[in-house]
Amino acid sequence: MAKLTLVFFLSFLIFSSSIAFQSDELLVDDDEFGLEGAKPRSTDLYTSSSSPQQQQQQSPTIRRRYSDPTDLDSKVQFTLEHAFGDSDFSPAGTFSARLKTWSHGGKTLTKLRFSRNDFSAEEKDAFKNLLKGDDFYRIRLPSNVVSPPGREFVVASVRARCLPRDGLDEHFIIHMEGANILAVSYGSPGACQYPRQFKLPAKWSFNSHTILKSSEQAPRTPIFTEEILGSENAEGEVEPPPERSFWAKYWMYLIPLGLVVMNAVTQASNMAEEPTGGQAGGAQVQQPARRR
Amino acid sequence: MAIRVFLLLPVFLSSAIVSFSLYEDQAGLADWHQRYIGKVKHAVFHTQKTGRKRVIVSTEENVVASLDLRHGEIFWRHVLGTKDAIDGVGIALGKYVITLSSEGSTLRAWNLPDGQMVWETALHSAHHSKSLLSVPINLKVDKDYPITVFGGGYLHAVSALDGEVLWEKDFTAEGFEVQRVLQPLGSTVIYVLGFVNLSEAVVYQIDSKSGEVLAQKSMAFPGGFSGEISSVSSDKVVVLDSTKSILVTIGFLDGDISFQKTPISDLVEDSGNAEILSPLLSNMLAVKVNKRTVFVKVGGEGKLEVVDSLSDETAMSDSLAVADDQEAFASVHHEGSKIHLMVKLVNELDNVLLRETIEMDQHRGRVHKVFMNNYIRTDRSNGFRALIVMEDHSLLLLQQGAIVWSREEGLASVTDVTTAELPVEKDGVSVAKVEHTLFEWLKGHVLKLKGSLLLASPEDVVAIQELRVKSSGKNKLTRDHNGFRKLILALTRGGKLFALHTGDGRIVWSMLLKSQACERPNGISLYQWQVPHHHAMDKNPSVLVVGRCGSDSSAPGVLSFVDVYTGKEITSSDIGHSVVQVLPLPFTDSTEQRLHLIADTVGHVHLYPKTSEALSIFQREFQNIYWYTVEADDGIIRGHVMKSSCSGETADEYCFTTRELWTVVFPSESEKIISTLTRKSNEVVHTQAKVNTDQDLLYKYVSKNLLFVATVSPKGAGEIGSVTPEESSLVVYLIDTITGRILHRLSHQGCQGPVHAVFSENWVVYHYFNLRAHKYEVTVVEIYDQSRAENKNVWKLILGKHNLTAPITSYSRPEVFTKSQSYFFAQSVKTIAVTSTAKGITSKQLLIGTIGDQILALDKRFVDPRRTLNPSQAEKEEGIIPLTDSLPIIPQSYVTHSHRVEGLRGIVTAPSKLESTTHVFAYGVDLFYTRLAPSKTYDSLTDDFSYALLLITIVVLVAAIYITWALSEKKELSEKWR
Repeated sequence: MAKLTLVFFLSFLIFSSSIAFQSDELLVDDDEFGLEGAKPRSTDLYTSSSSPQQQQQQSPTIRRRYSDPTDLDSKVQFTLEHAFGDSDFSPAGTFSARLKTWSHGGKTLTKLRFSRNDFSAEEKDAFKNLLKGDDFYRIRLPSNVVSPPGREFVVASVRARCLPRDGLDEHFIIHMEGANILAVSYGSPGACQYPRQFKLPAKWSFNSHTILKSSEQAPRTPIFTEEILGSENAEGEVEPPPERSFWAKYWMYLIPLGLVVMNAVTQASNMAEEPTGGQAGGAQVQQPARRR
Repeated sequence: MAIRVFLLLPVFLSSAIVSFSLYEDQAGLADWHQRYIGKVKHAVFHTQKTGRKRVIVSTEENVVASLDLRHGEIFWRHVLGTKDAIDGVGIALGKYVITLSSEGSTLRAWNLPDGQMVWETALHSAHHSKSLLSVPINLKVDKDYPITVFGGGYLHAVSALDGEVLWEKDFTAEGFEVQRVLQPLGSTVIYVLGFVNLSEAVVYQIDSKSGEVLAQKSMAFPGGFSGEISSVSSDKVVVLDSTKSILVTIGFLDGDISFQKTPISDLVEDSGNAEILSPLLSNMLAVKVNKRTVFVKVGGEGKLEVVDSLSDETAMSDSLAVADDQEAFASVHHEGSKIHLMVKLVNELDNVLLRETIEMDQHRGRVHKVFMNNYIRTDRSNGFRALIVMEDHSLLLLQQGAIVWSREEGLASVTDVTTAELPVEKDGVSVAKVEHTLFEWLKGHVLKLKGSLLLASPEDVVAIQELRVKSSGKNKLTRDHNGFRKLILALTRGGKLFALHTGDGRIVWSMLLKSQACERPNGISLYQWQVPHHHAMDKNPSVLVVGRCGSDSSAPGVLSFVDVYTGKEITSSDIGHSVVQVLPLPFTDSTEQRLHLIADTVGHVHLYPKTSEALSIFQREFQNIYWYTVEADDGIIRGHVMKSSCSGETADEYCFTTRELWTVVFPSESEKIISTLTRKSNEVVHTQAKVNTDQDLLYKYVSKNLLFVATVSPKGAGEIGSVTPEESSLVVYLIDTITGRILHRLSHQGCQGPVHAVFSENWVVYHYFNLRAHKYEVTVVEIYDQSRAENKNVWKLILGKHNLTAPITSYSRPEVFTKSQSYFFAQSVKTIAVTSTAKGITSKQLLIGTIGDQILALDKRFVDPRRTLNPSQAEKEEGIIPLTDSLPIIPQSYVTHSHRVEGLRGIVTAPSKLESTTHVFAYGVDLFYTRLAPSKTYDSLTDDFSYALLLITIVVLVAAIYITWALSEKKELSEKWR
């Protein structure tokens, strides 16, 4: 019996873990890619981060793609800087994007692409130290992409131990407001186990995912005009007519009544069979008997 | 018979079942309301022969009120708006109270007996300036002397009868500042004295009838004035020069200006910088030099001579005409625990008319202000009474050597509130003692029964009320089973801590905050310091009061630890650093003292209590302590983490440096922070899961580290309606304060603040103005966790393959989704709070402080984002209300019923021990307390439940069973015998 349950348990374990694995995959795949140019961007990112040489080859093609923008569009570049623990910030990569100026004066960033510099030997050492000390790996971006650094830098940090998997997985969510960066969320694309284990990455290359997010518009508060309310009321009045049947309405009274009647009938029939016998119900019959 | 009783029982029971709303006779049983006016600024006595003796006061809470001089009760009062500060009060025509407010731009007249507004005049105002009100003392009531008002650069003459502006004169010339407007008694000439660039004195003579300038003289003063001025008579003023070391007497008799300089060193030996004190004394002025008050007499030719000097701690009143050319003034000074009140004649300071000594409570501090009034005694001599304002803002009337009445006006400016438990009942004191005998007990219950069956006569109703109040024992100073009796600790702006009893609102104890470093620290906030409940049970609970020396945020802080049971200060310390933020940590030491971090202006944090045990606890959690700062002016929110111990010679081992982890930078041209809010740290969430109609499970994203931020366009930060809908937008954020991630961001186009919000469990409800719809709106945002959404499978739960017990870390990417919905709300709002109960099971109600200073209880179900237009049957069963575009305002759901909590500023809720019930305390100028049961009192019987009826029913039932049993026995026997 115990063996059976163990087998059962193990099979479930495998089964459920596979489900969990699938869900993990789903997490990476973000459904918030609402922005245009999301697909090519992400593919570009994978190629660019896997090997620097390819990226160099690709960059001219990118430029070509951008060489025919409309007059309103312009290209912007801004650098990602990083710091290890309390160290100073140093360049770590470059974001390039197209700044689209809308007719109403608003500006949005589109076609964001990112090239990540690989860690140098010193940086690797610094990062290893962070991993050992469970310290913070910090990044920053300028708060204005048109005239960097803008007012201030937008800083984000993560415990270094959250990043290593096979490579170094990182995930940026850049919150934009026009040409301004409000905030950047930085971390691993999925979960970060707690307690955090010390683990060195197998590959010292970055696997970057980037999402641009702008503000969602709140839906208008629904305004119900009088007519709708009126019709609703009318509906409310109309609704009752599909009247339930007599039985559906009064079953709770009918059943006890039926029981009482049945009871009475059986008692009456009993009395008919045994005129001299009977219990409480037979009192009337008994009395005349007594008089006799 | 038995059946009949049985049938009747449910009928009786149903009549005894919990009443679902407040009945008229229940008002005042669990709630109380206290009316205050605030710290008195001006007082005008009105001693009309026929009427009752009253005093008209105006206060720092912008209240104008009429008080009874005999008892200190409020006859009437009006709370003006928060921006409508009162500049002056006077009585005109013997029947109107005149108030000047809003920097001299609003003049109002109130009827003296009942406080009805008679007229209101908006005065023309060009720029900020001093505002001066002078109401002529009328000798003849029927004759209308105009009221002269200076404010906003204009001098106005206003008819006292109807508020009509008779004339106005422009004094808005560049650099010209009007200092005094004087009108000699009986004269038709008004003198307007002002300075041009503080270096030239100008006197205008104006005809009081027409407003024409009769003459204008000016004279330059080479040294320059400092602006401090005191008028000593109708044709003389005394001014300090710019070095504050020379007194200048300016005489302008008949329009000729003359200066006379008197160096202070000539008057006082060891002179320093001088300060002119405010009391108006005729032909005399009071100057504060070297912490001493010096009385300087002004002679006919402007000659100054010192007549007396007093110790610094003296408060004085204005002088008052006593009898034929005699003027007197009152002064109060301290000596130990006593105060001495003296009334002297201005001309002969040696002639003391009255000398009284009164014992004064140490916790009232020093005397701040004195207002004197005279009356005719029964023996036809002059009597004096004094209204004094103490340092703790309380108002007292002194007469015949005693305190006639006192008002705790400090409670009108509550800044922070917390609650505390009462001591546990000692052996020997039994609650049952209230019920004397069985007979009385029965009588009481019969009365109650009568009441519930609507048979009670009016006298019975009164008796029932009394009985209820008595039997509930609600005013006792011990803990009760249901946790209904508690202490409300309120810290006031004056730096006084009050403990109020929830039963009747009386002050159990009060304590004035003290400090060695400064004279009067301001109270900032209150924290639960020690709440013994597991161990250290012999200790009394205590609270931490954080104060500050001065109003500037960089001023050094003061900590005070106060025993809750006794109201005694355990210790107090002047901490050497400033206090910007106080962070209670979720750790306590072995004596259950809570660890607190205090952040200062230089970016260091300091750990309290300063013990090695606290330090070791803190070191253990060093890695996991984060905090954030909001720089609202710059539009930046920063996250910080502990870094290391402070270095430097002044630092101790309890000081730590921090480093910046994240920043959120709002673009200054489009967003300005107007509101930030977090959850209450002590809130209890009963369940994380929420079951949907379709048997689906939603997991609430319950995190203590969420920050709600609302920003508006800088243009839209002004008043409602000052911008077009296109120019203004409102953006709300939910930010994780550990990592700085923005979890939710929603922008409302065409909307404007002010934003009032409440954050509880996993939802935020916020209130703002929609410019497009011209209505107020309320939006709800609920945030749910998706990473736990997979835990629906029962097998997973059984086999433990769920992540419900896995530790949650903010460094994982949050998978959350939000639901939100907006509703119109018909009223503007002052504050919003939410009920909180002991276990968080009871459904929640929003407590909305409306513009009418009332509190509206709105069920959370009304602001559910899942409301749809036509909810299905299943949804209806779940309690989802059909969607409407606006939230209902049900008059019965005002928890304040007929009361108004004037000047409402905040609502505090605290759980009682009974799950269904919550304490609600609202403060503003007034205080209001009540107990609420958002889902009715499902876990207890009400006070008026008739136990006697229940008992009688049981007895009758038992008797009936026996009787019927005996009867049936008998019958059976007779059957058998037959």
